[in-house]
Amino acid sequence: MSAHIESHDHHDAHDHHEHDDGHAPSTLKGYMMGFFLAVVLTAIPFWLVMDKVIPNSQTLAVVILTFAAIQIVVHMVYFLHMNTKAEGGWSMLALIFTLVMVVITLSGSIWVMYHMNSNMMPGMSHEMTEQQAKNLP
Amino acid sequence: MSDMHATPSAAVADQDVEFWMSKDHHPANGTLLGFWIYLMSDCLIFACLFATYGVLGRSYAGGPSGADLFDLPLVAVNTTMLLLSSITYGFAVLEMQKNRRGTMMAWLIVTGLFGAAFLGIELFEFAHLIHEGAGPQRSAFLSSFFTLVGTHGLHVTFGIIWLITLLFQVGRFGLTPANKRRIMCLSMFWHFLDVVWVGVFTFVYLMGVLP
Amino acid sequence: MNMPDLAKLIFGRLTLEAIPYHEPILIGTFVAVAIGGIALLALITKHKLWGYLWSEWFTSIDHKKIGIMYMVLGIVMLLRGFSDAIMMRAQQAIAFNGNPGFLPPHHYDQIFTAHGVIMIFFVAMPLVTGLMNYVVPLQIGARDVAFPFLNNFSFWMTVAGAMLVMASLFVGEFARTGWLAYPPLSGLAQSPDVGVDYYIWSLQVAGVGTTLSGINLIATIVKMRAPGMSMMKMPIFTWTSLCTNVLIVAAFPVLTAVLVLLSLDRYVGTNFFTNDFGGNAMMYVNLIWIWGHPEVYILVLPVFGVFSEVTSTFSRKRLFGYASMVYATVVITVLSYLVWLHHFFTMGSGASVNSFFGITTMIISIPTGAKIFNWLFTMYRGRIKFDVPMLWTVGFMVTFVIGGMTGVMLAVPPADFLLHNSLFLIAHFHNVIIGGVIFGLFAGINYWFPKAFGYRLDPFWGKVSFWFWLVGFWVAFMPLYVLGFMGVTRRMNHFEDPSLQIWFQIAAFGAFLIALGIGAFLVQLWVSYKRRDELRDVTGDPWHGRTLEWSTSSPPPEYNFAFTPVIHDTDAWWDMKERNAGRRLEGYLPIHMPKNTGAGIILAGLAFVFGFAMIWHMFLVAGLAFVALIVTAIGHTFNYKRDYHIPADVVARTEAARTEELAAHV
Repeated sequence: MSAHIESHDHHDAHDHHEHDDGHAPSTLKGYMMGFFLAVVLTAIPFWLVMDKVIPNSQTLAVVILTFAAIQIVVHMVYFLHMNTKAEGGWSMLALIFTLVMVVITLSGSIWVMYHMNSNMMPGMSHEMTEQQAKNLP
Repeated sequence: MSDMHATPSAAVADQDVEFWMSKDHHPANGTLLGFWIYLMSDCLIFACLFATYGVLGRSYAGGPSGADLFDLPLVAVNTTMLLLSSITYGFAVLEMQKNRRGTMMAWLIVTGLFGAAFLGIELFEFAHLIHEGAGPQRSAFLSSFFTLVGTHGLHVTFGIIWLITLLFQVGRFGLTPANKRRIMCLSMFWHFLDVVWVGVFTFVYLMGVLP
Repeated sequence: MNMPDLAKLIFGRLTLEAIPYHEPILIGTFVAVAIGGIALLALITKHKLWGYLWSEWFTSIDHKKIGIMYMVLGIVMLLRGFSDAIMMRAQQAIAFNGNPGFLPPHHYDQIFTAHGVIMIFFVAMPLVTGLMNYVVPLQIGARDVAFPFLNNFSFWMTVAGAMLVMASLFVGEFARTGWLAYPPLSGLAQSPDVGVDYYIWSLQVAGVGTTLSGINLIATIVKMRAPGMSMMKMPIFTWTSLCTNVLIVAAFPVLTAVLVLLSLDRYVGTNFFTNDFGGNAMMYVNLIWIWGHPEVYILVLPVFGVFSEVTSTFSRKRLFGYASMVYATVVITVLSYLVWLHHFFTMGSGASVNSFFGITTMIISIPTGAKIFNWLFTMYRGRIKFDVPMLWTVGFMVTFVIGGMTGVMLAVPPADFLLHNSLFLIAHFHNVIIGGVIFGLFAGINYWFPKAFGYRLDPFWGKVSFWFWLVGFWVAFMPLYVLGFMGVTRRMNHFEDPSLQIWFQIAAFGAFLIALGIGAFLVQLWVSYKRRDELRDVTGDPWHGRTLEWSTSSPPPEYNFAFTPVIHDTDAWWDMKERNAGRRLEGYLPIHMPKNTGAGIILAGLAFVFGFAMIWHMFLVAGLAFVALIVTAIGHTFNYKRDYHIPADVVARTEAARTEELAAHV
């Protein structure tokens, strides 16, 4: 007996471990809570940007990115039912690993490419820093 | 290898230690974990597209910028569609847990309709942009915008195709364990697309209109 | 609609002009391949093997058969990849003093591109995947992988990708861009022909297979280990396979994404990597190396596992520092994601960025060095037997350390500015890929062959192959280090400076020695088959192994284990032998197994048609193939009956036959 994709389907005797993979049953309360939080966390950043509540672009960007991060956690917890117990912790481990990779890919690319642009095409940016001036031929 | 020829049973060796299982061994099903790992790999595809947008998103090449193009109220409506589809999928899962096939299918259909509405609005937006001369060829910013948002839309499209397939399968074969597992997989897929969309509306649309 | 329009609709830009009948080398190859292919097909037909091949192999979801098919694919493609190599070496050895050589530049450029692409994607990857596929389920006491159908599908997708590359030889041409196809050279403006499109679609199709097989093996290792096998009791090869597959799942999506962007540039006219409209070609380089560097570790980590198994088996000792080996593997897995920029220090990101990536690169040599010491300490005071797998392992340790050292040299950004794109780099990465990956694969093939086929490989020809490879490698690549120091750059078609020629001639002689090594390996396969009765392994444990795969018969029955083993120790099988566990001979139960299916090969065939049609802009055909692909995939999900039971009495009979065999050979 081995667990193959779809292999247990019509062997009633084996169906008892349909639920032993750690997925707690979902509840209406959980979904409603998640939905409520998602709506709030979506509405606020839209409002902040559309009504230009915070004049400084950089501050505003940090604020809405924070809201996005919180909302992603909300979706993960209430809709995707992430917890440390599902699949013996492997789902969570995979998620954390992936998030690390995503952060490396995103921030790494932007960091690397920003430095290349500022070093190799200094004319493109408006103010030249001391470092860039040093790198000029 | 004289030490490994057949002995009548494991009992000859250490008395209490079992080396071969006498019962049927069936490891837990790996489908949900496997699908989750697939989603993680998908997540990295999106990470690359986000990174590309992050690097090229301000390369307007003299063309229109996000502030010129993005229609935030429309994006807000679109986001609402996707959020509603998420909660209705949740309702479908709740019905599935109670083994109510009819209402579950009804909620799935509602989910699919919200998804279709989302797609329709997105296509309208794309058509509008292209009509204005702001197509994907116009600048690196628009290339990365169309690709990122379009890839998400493509995922939604496949989600809808999958959803329709599942409706047929549940209709024909009922809420069997296999079908329940598939519904849970699609649930993960659908909510995952929601998570990606949170990134899209924040990173692309909202930050795109900032000066 | 008139005829030309119709032809264009169906055939896109494919015309008779695409057949390279004016190139004698290609026509010669084509004739040889066609004759060989027809002979093979005729033989199969004559011996009425089509039904057997189809039902026992092509549609099989047995991880062992799929593993073997991966190995066959890898070895066949090795011949193609190596013939590219020897042509390059010959060209560079003679193209001096105004002699243009026998390969015109546009052909030569295709050859070095194809050599790189084939060797990485269609030789090293299938061989590594094949070993993992065959060995991992056996080592963890499982009866198959987590998703057997997906496994079959993944294999055929890899084959479809390989076939696309092979098709480029005779229909159209391959990319002339180098194996990573950097834009703007690979963009539409510089490469308007089909070469880059062949490159893109063959990698995309094969990449789907690779990613899915990565997911599959992760789920297998996580979910299907035999009872008692905690993470820290897993065999080390399984550990390195797990880390490899994690890397596959984390890295290949990046390749998929960046190739999608390149194809959008080529097909839709977007501006990601173009020179105008805000595009940035260096973004491609950045992204593709985010995949490319982990890819190096995808290849080398599993063979680190092979070396660990081989070293401890042939030293008759428990692996030294098991835990440190595991931690080193995990650290390499994570670090391999933090070093990608060292492939393009010269891009100009400046001192801070370069030093960060230089330092992370150097840090990787620490866990790798720890591994080398673990192997040495495993051998220390062991009763070492120099069987062929062990020879490869010792050859690896010597060769790989040198390769690692030159790698650390390249990791120093100022040194890299001098050595970048020189033959020093070529010598370095061949030093680690041949000395590491290829040696490891041969060690693995010699080590596990008796398990897969029931007889050992002939040791004499194995040793001949090893020595030709080892000596050939050193003769072929040491001159390239020298040339690199002299500043000779890679990918040159001909040279002006006659003083360089002698080094290229030595290198060509080395490549010739490697050719003899490959020839000796093929002879080894043939001789072993001829002498199979003398080399027969009846015990299932020819090397006095330590891990579970040696507890079954050779070859294992389709269900692997009649009873699932219970694990009490890292070296589970050694532990069983020590404690006289014996075999369990009664109480057989029916065994639940997955059913064969032809869906995998059909889907992959459609993917091949889709890829080919996209390459030639046959958009009608491509659309139809894509729709067919989706419909077939959906159709397959309507098949719920994917399993069957092997009745208990069949299991009992198989096991009784084994008991008799064992008794006859005590």
